[in-house]
Amino acid sequence: MLRERIQASNYSFLDKLKSIDYLLILLILAIGSISVFAIYSTEGGKFSFYTKNHIIRLSVFFSLFLVLSFVRVSTWYKNAYLFYLIGLILLLVVLFFGISASGATRWINLYFLNLQPSELMKIAVIICFARYYHRIQSSDIQSIKFLIQPIILLIVPCYLVIQQPDLGTSILIAGSGIAIIWLAGLNIKYFVYSGLLLLVSLPFAISILKPYQKSRILTFFNPDRDPLGAGYQIIQSKIAIGSGGFFGKGYLKGTQSYLEFLPEKHTDFIFTLFSEEFGFLGSITLLFLYILLIYRIINVGLVSRSFFAKLYCFGFATAIFLYVFVNIAMVLGMLPIVGAPLPIMSYGGSSLLSIMLGLSIVMSCKIYNQEQISVY
Amino acid sequence: MLNRGRNIEKGRVIKRRMFILAAAKILLFAGISSRLYNLQISDREKYEILSDKNRIREWKTPPQRGIIVDNFNKVLASNDRVFQLHLILDEINDFDVTIFKIKNIIGLDQFEIKKLYKKKERLKPWDTLVVSDNLTWEQFSKINLYLHELEGAKPVLSTSRFYPYANDLVHIVGYVGDASPKDLEKPEIKENFVPGLKVGKYGIENSQEKMLIGNYGIKRYEVNASGKRISQIDYIKERQGNKVNLTIDIEIQKYAQELLKGKAGSICAMDIYTGEVVAMASSPTYDPNKFTHGINQKDWQEIRNNPLKPLINKSIAGLYSPGSTFKPLVALAALEYGILDPNKIVRCKGHKHPYELYGVKYHCWKKEGHGYMKLRNAIKQSCDIYFYEMARLLGVDKLSIIAKRYGLGTNVLGDLYNDEKNGLVPDTKWKRRTLEQSWYLGETVINGIGQGYIQTTPLQLCLMTAQIANGGYKIKPHIIKDDSINYKDVINKIKLDQSNFPLHERNYLDDINVEYYQRMYHKKSNINFVLDAMFGSTNEQYGTSYKSRYDDPKYQFAGKTGTSQVRRITDLDRELDLDTEQIDYKKRDHALYVAFAPYKDPRYAISVIIEHGGSGSKAAAPLASKLIKRIIDRHKLREQFNNGNTSLA
Repeated sequence: MLRERIQASNYSFLDKLKSIDYLLILLILAIGSISVFAIYSTEGGKFSFYTKNHIIRLSVFFSLFLVLSFVRVSTWYKNAYLFYLIGLILLLVVLFFGISASGATRWINLYFLNLQPSELMKIAVIICFARYYHRIQSSDIQSIKFLIQPIILLIVPCYLVIQQPDLGTSILIAGSGIAIIWLAGLNIKYFVYSGLLLLVSLPFAISILKPYQKSRILTFFNPDRDPLGAGYQIIQSKIAIGSGGFFGKGYLKGTQSYLEFLPEKHTDFIFTLFSEEFGFLGSITLLFLYILLIYRIINVGLVSRSFFAKLYCFGFATAIFLYVFVNIAMVLGMLPIVGAPLPIMSYGGSSLLSIMLGLSIVMSCKIYNQEQISVY
Repeated sequence: MLNRGRNIEKGRVIKRRMFILAAAKILLFAGISSRLYNLQISDREKYEILSDKNRIREWKTPPQRGIIVDNFNKVLASNDRVFQLHLILDEINDFDVTIFKIKNIIGLDQFEIKKLYKKKERLKPWDTLVVSDNLTWEQFSKINLYLHELEGAKPVLSTSRFYPYANDLVHIVGYVGDASPKDLEKPEIKENFVPGLKVGKYGIENSQEKMLIGNYGIKRYEVNASGKRISQIDYIKERQGNKVNLTIDIEIQKYAQELLKGKAGSICAMDIYTGEVVAMASSPTYDPNKFTHGINQKDWQEIRNNPLKPLINKSIAGLYSPGSTFKPLVALAALEYGILDPNKIVRCKGHKHPYELYGVKYHCWKKEGHGYMKLRNAIKQSCDIYFYEMARLLGVDKLSIIAKRYGLGTNVLGDLYNDEKNGLVPDTKWKRRTLEQSWYLGETVINGIGQGYIQTTPLQLCLMTAQIANGGYKIKPHIIKDDSINYKDVINKIKLDQSNFPLHERNYLDDINVEYYQRMYHKKSNINFVLDAMFGSTNEQYGTSYKSRYDDPKYQFAGKTGTSQVRRITDLDRELDLDTEQIDYKKRDHALYVAFAPYKDPRYAISVIIEHGGSGSKAAAPLASKLIKRIIDRHKLREQFNNGNTSLA
């Protein structure tokens, strides 16, 4: 114990700087600058509200990321449950005092930012689970007693988020949590059984969905069902991407978005705009940047000593993957439309904040990768 | 140590699970990449088309309709400037308010407003609603004055069909109106249609649609998702329809129409060599301009309920028994078949001793009788008894061959007019086929004076007269100028030919199809005999149209009167012997007259029919006489113009 403490306190600032993952920072900056260009394009090539805001947020949150990177990973570990609790309380605040937009109540007005607690919850769940599984012995993992707790920890925020209603975020939160349970080594049979159970209960689940959610799912299977209504987004998105071709229509020349055929082009459909203007080549490049990002995060996990850091990094990498996959698959018409932003690219403060927060914890894992974390 | 071992085991599990997860991620990313490949590379073209469809919207611009001119290039149907009010629907916030304002400015009635709402329902939100396509200048200037208060309102200068000779030509030129669903099935309209375009409803306007309609223009605009125009990309100009050149001389047409004023009937005039229809008047008539913007109910009822039936084009859709105008053809048939010697004498003894066949009596129109008649005199004085006997000897089948050959029994202008009638030239076969009865000799007898089953249109009678007058040559009647034929050659050929030698002997008496501009007669002398008899009928004393003659050889014409019964004449009628004015209008005889002029070197044939006009000599022949003078006066001008035209071409 003592030795560990000495070890940890022994990090000199130079050591810390040395162990920063610069490639990761480069990737973040790269995706960040692409996002600025993309959002500039959504405004028809005018430097106005969205672009300005996005640049400010990127700078602020990126600085925050740099600062928080130097927070000891053990501090994150210690405060993991607190973090989760704060997230949960914020979700409850949303439930009662949240502000609404287009039929959903998801935000808390913080004056400088409309905070979306469900976005923070995405990270909180990962930290919380990483901590939870950090201390559990591998022999205990399979026992029901230790399985019930994370399931409850997962169901409560998911339920609250669904109430907002926000199916997309809720699925992403659940996905990240389940990923960590998987990583911790829960027997495969549980996943198979619950998968089967999900399939069986699907008709029932659909019956309790909100009408707009139902229509989105029906539309996913047949977008032409209602081409000007529920199917409009997906049809227009596919047209935009498809018409981009190999090289794209050129920067600021995406007719679909310029002529306002694309809905929510600066948030959930930012990839569509990007893909229309930069084509297959650009899309694959962007996809590759995300793969690199995920790889770097996994790499941090691999070199970390503590289970907490490993579980967190692998879990966060999976979460990033999920966000990217769900968003792109959605705009490509491979998944139903559920509100899911593309990490860093999409305009949206809370989403950016939570990603940057998550990344700063990854970076802290990297800087303090030799830190052992004792079981309290 | 145990703890440590467990930790190593736990680390291994996490790592293994991570790799499994990573493999799944790679797989899913590969899925996304292949989907991208599908959309952006395999199906690129499909989505490019869809994208263009999205962003480019076309507006069709209506073409100007081709104009219609007469023989002298005088415009008969033109495109006039009109003032219209359009509403751009996507620029209007509150349709009700806008309509209310417009209503107050130009004064729309409830019915019109209802119609506008109905029209609007069928339009797309970015379409244009035509509020009125024919504003007066006052309404138009008022709209312009209040324009700043009317969102989306657009005063438009447009063109619409105008017929300067309104009533004088409607039966020939026809009129235009809104396209019906049936009109839209026609390929020429379907291909070129633009909403709001007027299409031909009758006459030349209808049958020459392909020529007149033109091609629409296309304005391509880049539009945004809500359909608002952002910028014009492309403009393909519309093409005006082609000009249609008629053979009609509007001056003669106008005069013919004037002669018919107040009467029901028809006047047709035709060039006997070229077949050009110079005039084709039908009375009463109506104003086609009223139809262009949709005729109102009151005017329509007035036209429909007129007992003289203005909607019927009497020249081609009116069917009449030819009466005595048929006699020259009967005589020609009898001579051609050698049935009778023109010197054969028949005695007409008046009503007391009528012609009798199997106990049925057939009367001559002349109460006192004509006395001893030879053929020439019988034609000249129109003796019925002579023709009863001649028809009996000739037989209906031979008569029908000649009648059909000279233009009766089939429509004259082909498919130019959808209401043109074929008429009817009966024969024994026809009767057996359609009525399933055998032919009675009595029917042949009355057929000989142009009564009975036989039915002809005025234009057919005109054609018949023309083809006898030109020496028995088949011509092709037409009302649209045909530049493909050099008529100078045709005229010279026919005039030079006139051969006296009987060719191919029997062949000319069979039911054969004669080519255009070829002789139809068997013996020249027979034609000449008939023409001479017709000359007598007009220019010699006791001739039936003697009173309408001209002595000046320039105008001198030859003709044949006809009076066609519209009902059976009873013995009581004969006893009463009433004047035309004393008989019920509906029961009065139709007055007919056919003629050709000038007698020496004839050039024009004419037919006149006055419905219920009484006798041909009193009601029809004087009109023909007046018109013939006008036609001959204008002949030189026409000749010069047409020759000039051909040399230019």
